[in-house]
Amino acid sequence: MTVPPAARPPRPRKQVHLAAHFPGVNNTTVWSDPRSGSQIDFASFVHLARTAERGRFDFLFLAEGLRLREMKGRIHDLDVVGRPESLTVLSALAAVTGRLGLAATVNSTFNEPYDVARRLASLDHLSEGRAAWNVVTSWDAFTGENFRRGGYLAESERYSRAREFLRTARELWDSWAPGDLLADAAAGTFLRPGAGTFAHTGPQFDIAGRFATPRPPQGHPVIIQAGDSDEGREFAARDADVIFSRHSRPDEGRAFYKDVKARLAKYGRTSADLKILPAVTYVLGDTEADAAERAAEIRAAQVGPRTALAFAEGVWGLDLSGYDPDGPLPDAEPDPGEGVSKGRAQFRGDRAAVVKQWRETSAAHGGLSLRETAIELWGRHTFVGTAASVADQIDAAVQTDVADGFIFVPHLTPGGLDDLVEHVVPILQDKGVHRTEYTGTTLRDHLGLAAPRRVREEAAR
Amino acid sequence: MSTLHLAAALNGAGWHPAAWRHPAARPAALFTAGYWTDLAAEAERGLLDLVTIEDYVALQSSLPDGPDDRVDRVRGWLDAVLVAARVAPATSRVGLVPTTSTTHTEPFHVSIGIASLDYASGGRAGWRPQVTGRADAAALFGRRDIAGFHPGTYGTPEAEPIATELFGEAADAIEVVRRLWDSWEDDAEIRDAPTGRFIDRDKLHYIDFEGPFFSVRGPSITPRPPQGQPFVATLAHDTLPYELAARGADAVFVTPHSTGHARSILAEVRAAEERVGRALPPLKVLADVVVFLDDEPGAARARKERLDELDGAALDSDAEIFTGTPAELADLLLDRRAAGLDGFRLRPGVLPHDLAKISGGLVPELRRRDAFRTEYAAATLRGHFGLERPASRYAGSPA
Repeated sequence: MTVPPAARPPRPRKQVHLAAHFPGVNNTTVWSDPRSGSQIDFASFVHLARTAERGRFDFLFLAEGLRLREMKGRIHDLDVVGRPESLTVLSALAAVTGRLGLAATVNSTFNEPYDVARRLASLDHLSEGRAAWNVVTSWDAFTGENFRRGGYLAESERYSRAREFLRTARELWDSWAPGDLLADAAAGTFLRPGAGTFAHTGPQFDIAGRFATPRPPQGHPVIIQAGDSDEGREFAARDADVIFSRHSRPDEGRAFYKDVKARLAKYGRTSADLKILPAVTYVLGDTEADAAERAAEIRAAQVGPRTALAFAEGVWGLDLSGYDPDGPLPDAEPDPGEGVSKGRAQFRGDRAAVVKQWRETSAAHGGLSLRETAIELWGRHTFVGTAASVADQIDAAVQTDVADGFIFVPHLTPGGLDDLVEHVVPILQDKGVHRTEYTGTTLRDHLGLAAPRRVREEAAR
Repeated sequence: MSTLHLAAALNGAGWHPAAWRHPAARPAALFTAGYWTDLAAEAERGLLDLVTIEDYVALQSSLPDGPDDRVDRVRGWLDAVLVAARVAPATSRVGLVPTTSTTHTEPFHVSIGIASLDYASGGRAGWRPQVTGRADAAALFGRRDIAGFHPGTYGTPEAEPIATELFGEAADAIEVVRRLWDSWEDDAEIRDAPTGRFIDRDKLHYIDFEGPFFSVRGPSITPRPPQGQPFVATLAHDTLPYELAARGADAVFVTPHSTGHARSILAEVRAAEERVGRALPPLKVLADVVVFLDDEPGAARARKERLDELDGAALDSDAEIFTGTPAELADLLLDRRAAGLDGFRLRPGVLPHDLAKISGGLVPELRRRDAFRTEYAAATLRGHFGLERPASRYAGSPA
């Protein structure tokens, strides 16, 4: 019997998943603000982690970039730069937090599966089940110059390598079955015979032996993925627990959400198995007008005159140092070649199309200057308003399937989430959409994820 | 008398393979943070200079050249850098010296890992680079075939080329790691609002290392660590490893079995320093001793023998094995010290028991003899050894 729509019980309100992003190495972080602290001192990481835990967030996320960015052949000097190795600092943060998940970005191109699997298993043990791995797949020879096997991977191969890398890591975590570690002093049996035995043969990796770290408390650490292409979405649908997405606006967010969640069924997965968490920014104010004014100020600080010029140089692919950021847009045509910027912010799109967009934006607003155009095009803050209105926006976005929650990228280090946790989180808790206490101990618990499937069946042992 | 330098070598349940079966052992806790935090805190109670944290990429084995099938010994490791980082916030003075492989890791990753440990510990990071000679360890990575060498074959003509290669690579790895630590000058971060510049890029340096095993461009992604150069220590038993230490380490752990042996080792170390033209301050030389300590005479020996029986063999070690009272150990250490050693790295036979006897028994005994500090005089690991914070090698040179 089909139940008529009106008689269906209302869908239960989704819980909002909140995560914190340590301010990155880019111009989102406003270092000129007097409240801006150190981006590298351990105390800054402690402050942000404890703030996130006070807000009962799911996890703290650390990004990675293994080569300093360059502009015109020189190290980019306008933005915050300099950060620690993420697994190391997260392991230290496990000592000053009790429940917060700890998410490390680790590259699958410039690492080996055995080493990464062992380090993540170690973090999971040392944090009692709070580790997550954001699998990234950079491939550029520029970054590769810092590594033994730098730059050997063709771009087309990066997902096949990432998939095999992740599968191999899972095989390694599974090489110790639950209960293989006995530590039975009376019987004199420390482990089950053969624990850790593995062999993997594939196009990318051909490795065998015994894995040196017992099964992580979560079975497998939580897997995060940020791919956006068709291939990246497919990878996430099959293999990830969380997507770190860039689609936070309602329409594009809902489209992305629907697209990715629809891909899950063919891998035998359900919607609950993959959480979609877009990166977002926010600005609070006492009134809506006050918040809007602050947001404009922050954007202006994020896109200073030299940063605006650097953006334009990235888009045009030219040295534009002869142009005045407060003057009109360059009349030059973009360079069709490689351009002038290198590293993670390297421009990889259609230069002519983006230059056209810049010119149209400038014209549409009555002839904006270069910098004004850059500010206009620089991503707007996702949530702007009073604490109550921002809480409403967050809740509405989650209930209407824009996302399952959000990863907040503050613009200040280390206090950039203080007001969110102090003013917005309590409202979400009052609405009943965010936990007031952690109900589980592991990151899988926080995210509502089931225990991982073992890639190697017990029978194969 | 100046203070001895004392280190504790942390290794699983202790250095006796049956240590985990001792009633005071905590075998079920070996893979928990609390276990390691308690050990580091115990070492800090004794005002020890540092703890080393053992690690190896492959599972432990009683066989020198591959895995064994034994289930009656501790098997499994946690990554030592992450263990050190996890205990850093729970301690405040003791140095933290994790072991990593130079054979199967990227020097870039190691450099930023140790630099990050230095930040998280407020200047207490050390690093113990280690060559990974076992062939089965190479198969875990599948990137190179290593014919393999181990203490049983080291020094034979067959093992010589691979040993020379791996120690050469280790020297290059240390050089790269150290250059990366220096690649940001201390005052590179300027936050100059008028010009919009966060850094002065003239104070960031490409390291441009080129060698037979890897090339690394730099600069680091991590600013210069609090100590400038974290403390580097290696374990060495022979000429090639002595030369490696002389080239790149701040301290070397050696394994004399008598005071006379300590003298001859020290002569070899100093000769190695001469041969490689060492530019750093002279190596601090610490002798390794495996220790079983009990207050009651004869108790430690009996305890070790019971463990030998459980394991089915007498403990075998590259280092001298001591059983006795803390006072007897103090006698031995001060005797060995006369050879010119700077201190000792003690390997507790059973953890946490023998470590607690070091901090609670040996240390007070040494203090009574005016041979050990009564409080930490410095806040950093380099400081414990009286080493200055060095200027970056690139200071003042063009980017």
